[in-house]
Amino acid sequence: MDRTLPTPTPETAHFWEGCKAGELRLQRCRTCAESYFPPRPFCPKCGSREVEVFRASGRAILWSYVINERPRRDMGDKPHSIAVVALEEGPRMMTNIVGCPQTPEALVLDMPLAVTFETFGEIALPFFKPAEA
Amino acid sequence: MKPGSIAVVGAAETTRMGKIPDMSVIGLHADAALNALADAGLKPSDIDGVATAGENPTSLAHYLGIVPTWVDGTSVGGCSFMLHVRHAAAAINEGYCKTVLITHGESGRSRVGGGGRFGGGGGASLQGQFEAPFGPAGPPTLFTIPVLRYLKTYGLTREDLAWVSVIQREWAGFNPRASYRDPITVDDVLNSEMIAWPFTKLMCCLVTDGGGALILTSADRAKDFPQKPVYVLGTGESVETPMVSQMADFTSSRAFRVSSKKAFEEAGVSHADIDHLMIYDAFAHLPLYGLEDLGFCKPGEAAAFIRERNTAPGGKLPLNTNGGGLSYMHSGMYGMYALQESVRQMRGIAPAQVPGAKISLAQGIGGMFAAAGTIIFGNERP
Repeated sequence: MDRTLPTPTPETAHFWEGCKAGELRLQRCRTCAESYFPPRPFCPKCGSREVEVFRASGRAILWSYVINERPRRDMGDKPHSIAVVALEEGPRMMTNIVGCPQTPEALVLDMPLAVTFETFGEIALPFFKPAEA
Repeated sequence: MKPGSIAVVGAAETTRMGKIPDMSVIGLHADAALNALADAGLKPSDIDGVATAGENPTSLAHYLGIVPTWVDGTSVGGCSFMLHVRHAAAAINEGYCKTVLITHGESGRSRVGGGGRFGGGGGASLQGQFEAPFGPAGPPTLFTIPVLRYLKTYGLTREDLAWVSVIQREWAGFNPRASYRDPITVDDVLNSEMIAWPFTKLMCCLVTDGGGALILTSADRAKDFPQKPVYVLGTGESVETPMVSQMADFTSSRAFRVSSKKAFEEAGVSHADIDHLMIYDAFAHLPLYGLEDLGFCKPGEAAAFIRERNTAPGGKLPLNTNGGGLSYMHSGMYGMYALQESVRQMRGIAPAQVPGAKISLAQGIGGMFAAAGTIIFGNERP
């Protein structure tokens, strides 16, 4: 079964194009300097439409997660993490932690992570892996 | 409606009309909203009431950065906005909110990005784009995501979650209609089937069939009815975000805090006045968040409060006395059953009746920490 994939909209296209280009792209407000996610063409803090897209560092820490023991059919047949990471720039996002065992012992809150991208046809999804020391 | 008591102070349409292939449905809502806010000289943070149809009002409020104390998602077709104006007038007159934003947006021709309603939605909704691709399979893998952060923040363990299930099962033991009534231990809970680490099956609510209904009228008329009236003393509501990953604080629900504060203020009662408490328990962590966010416990202290039997039979704050979603029943939208148990307690007919209970608070939650509603009931007319 094919993986469930996003359908980008005009307001989110820059994010998904960034993933394909190997870049994690966030937005920030030119008026109040707030970085935010998910994408939208105005600042959710002050309402200003003066916003810009920028390339985020891709660094994050593991904020919280579950390990789903009953994976969705498109997610394979092994338990996997569904995680929220805190990006260095402030916003948080949902992702999967890859490149390590999917166990409580290997998935430790606040562990440093780095973004990595995996391509599924026309879409590249942003995953996070343990950062090299 | 009190004639002439409410006025329109901002109005605008989307910046463009006709064919707008570069904007999604929620983008059209937001564009119209930002134009109306500019027309009124307001910022999103000045708005405290939100009504919309065709888009989830939680999604709209979060998208615009609004913290509402009143939300209306009445969706009855093209006249929904007339109903919203009417409901908003009542809400403003009643003090639920001061400044209401009502929006519409529809990509009727270009069909861009529809379908973000009620936490599901198509692949173009924000949930569809930024949560669904990572494998969440319903509430057991979404509602539960903040909990490891909560446990770490307060130095708690999975045993603390298990105690919630154990004590609610004690209450269920009194209830002949409860799905599960046999006592369980902390070990039983921890050793039951793993659903989504750190949650085992006995930390998750039941999946059952059922329903409920309420009938309300004015207090003046209520005395003419056969049953003992149960009065509504205070109410509150709020929403935070349709995406659990975007909750501002993983250790606390803003919707719980805003909703319950409003209800306490409206009722004019204090925490010490609450004789009976219902907190929607789709999962074992919700009573912990609820006790803290409603102000019955300080942050991080609810687990000890439960373990020390304050909410158990014989305790000073009887909580989820029907057995809750964990042991009584949970058909999907459990809030109705929390209300039913509060009404039974106020009528004095509950299977696990709290002797002499005069005031009951029922705290509901919607989505995955997306929305909250609070009702405070009393069995004496104030």
